[in-house]
Amino acid sequence: MTEARDTRQAELVAAVLAGQRRAIARMLTLVENGRPGKDAALAALFPHTGKAAIIGVTGAPGTGKSTLVNALARHYRQAGRTVGIIAVDPTSPFSGGAILGDRIRMSDHSGDPGVFIRSMATRGSLGGLAHATRDAVRVLDAAGFDIVLVETVGAGQSEVDIARTATTTLVVEAPGLGDDVQAIKAGILEIADVLVVNKADRPGATQTQRALKAMLELGHPGDRLAFFAHDSQLPLSVQSPHANGGANPEDTMWQPPVIATVSVEGKGIAELAEAIAAHRQYLEHSGSAARWQQHIIAQELIERMRDVLVAREIAQIEPDRLRAIVAEVQARRLDPNAAVHVLLEQP
Amino acid sequence: MRAARILIAKPGLDGHDRGAKVIARALRDAGMEVIYTGLRQSPQMIAEAALQEDVDVVGLSILSGAHMTLVPLVREAMVAADLADVPLIVGGIIPDEDIDALREHGVVAVFGPGTSTDEIRDFINGLVASRDARD
Repeated sequence: MTEARDTRQAELVAAVLAGQRRAIARMLTLVENGRPGKDAALAALFPHTGKAAIIGVTGAPGTGKSTLVNALARHYRQAGRTVGIIAVDPTSPFSGGAILGDRIRMSDHSGDPGVFIRSMATRGSLGGLAHATRDAVRVLDAAGFDIVLVETVGAGQSEVDIARTATTTLVVEAPGLGDDVQAIKAGILEIADVLVVNKADRPGATQTQRALKAMLELGHPGDRLAFFAHDSQLPLSVQSPHANGGANPEDTMWQPPVIATVSVEGKGIAELAEAIAAHRQYLEHSGSAARWQQHIIAQELIERMRDVLVAREIAQIEPDRLRAIVAEVQARRLDPNAAVHVLLEQP
Repeated sequence: MRAARILIAKPGLDGHDRGAKVIARALRDAGMEVIYTGLRQSPQMIAEAALQEDVDVVGLSILSGAHMTLVPLVREAMVAADLADVPLIVGGIIPDEDIDALREHGVVAVFGPGTSTDEIRDFINGLVASRDARD
């Protein structure tokens, strides 16, 4: 039984590497559902990853992320590059169901074997992506797509997981969504490698661009390592790229450009693609790429470790014991923090 | 339990998508992941979306009267895409005398006006459970 499954999955891995579409779709399901054999399949695919340019697209609902992804995919197809797309939409916290509607805006690519679009529901994950998105990106990467575009859920101010997944993160804004104080708040704007003002044919687009540029002039982290250094759980020491007598920080810091687009008409898309390419070049030439990768790998390992440890501990808790401790907390005889320590002690 | 994945598509040119949206919403509320492709989908577009999304069931909503033309084309496109094992269901305005003919074209169920969303949900859950049992 397991042997038959192993053979089937080895065949599936080989078919994914050969770019076979139904195999890619099945592998994505395997990865998303965490079925038996998922880890082995991902392990077999992993050596074939790392080649695709991973571009994240995030921003508030209705700013035009799906249409922008559609337009970018068209641009890359015209340049002869293949494109995988993962589009994430939210899961209902009540029913666990979801409506995945991003494909509606991406129908230009129907019938094109150089494009593969997959919708994913967040399934309870809150950072703007699904838990399995990172692995799904790896499947498309291993299948040989040159570009992988990842569209997050409509993001508010703090869904920043995409910056830990993508090589280049686009934050999409639209005119009329907020003033210059919104622009200097912490959060999603900080993760932008490229800022996009979409729907730039609408009134207020120039003001939005101006507000974003003004925000950038007030100071931008520029160095994404800061994003990870802030996470105190990382035991890796973070060294600034400017600390070891390197070039003048002014020369090596990436300044996110602000690009105006009208996705439905394809306006500004070529300029956007140029900005994305410039960012990738910057990462490679400044030496930040390698250091940045070390940090996202460390981050990923810690996240996965957390998952394993939590699952292991939870599996050991007897339901009756849990019920008794919940009752203690409910009666205010035990505080939640102390309750956790009680739960973690072996019975 | 895993979330069932259902494609809801409107083939052809009729623009009345309220029924499709009501079904999509009801299935969402039943805990399913519904991929909604929007209006005016060609049979090839539907088969391609079903393949990429690896869905458990494809549901078509047709109110134009063109079901005897469109459904066989969708089924053909699905078979060509190696999706013969994915069940196809149809909802909308379908005269009773056409139902048997549609079944011959590989449709496993037809849901007409007045069908409760619970009935559709239960039917899809049954399809998904039998697929899981087979895997």
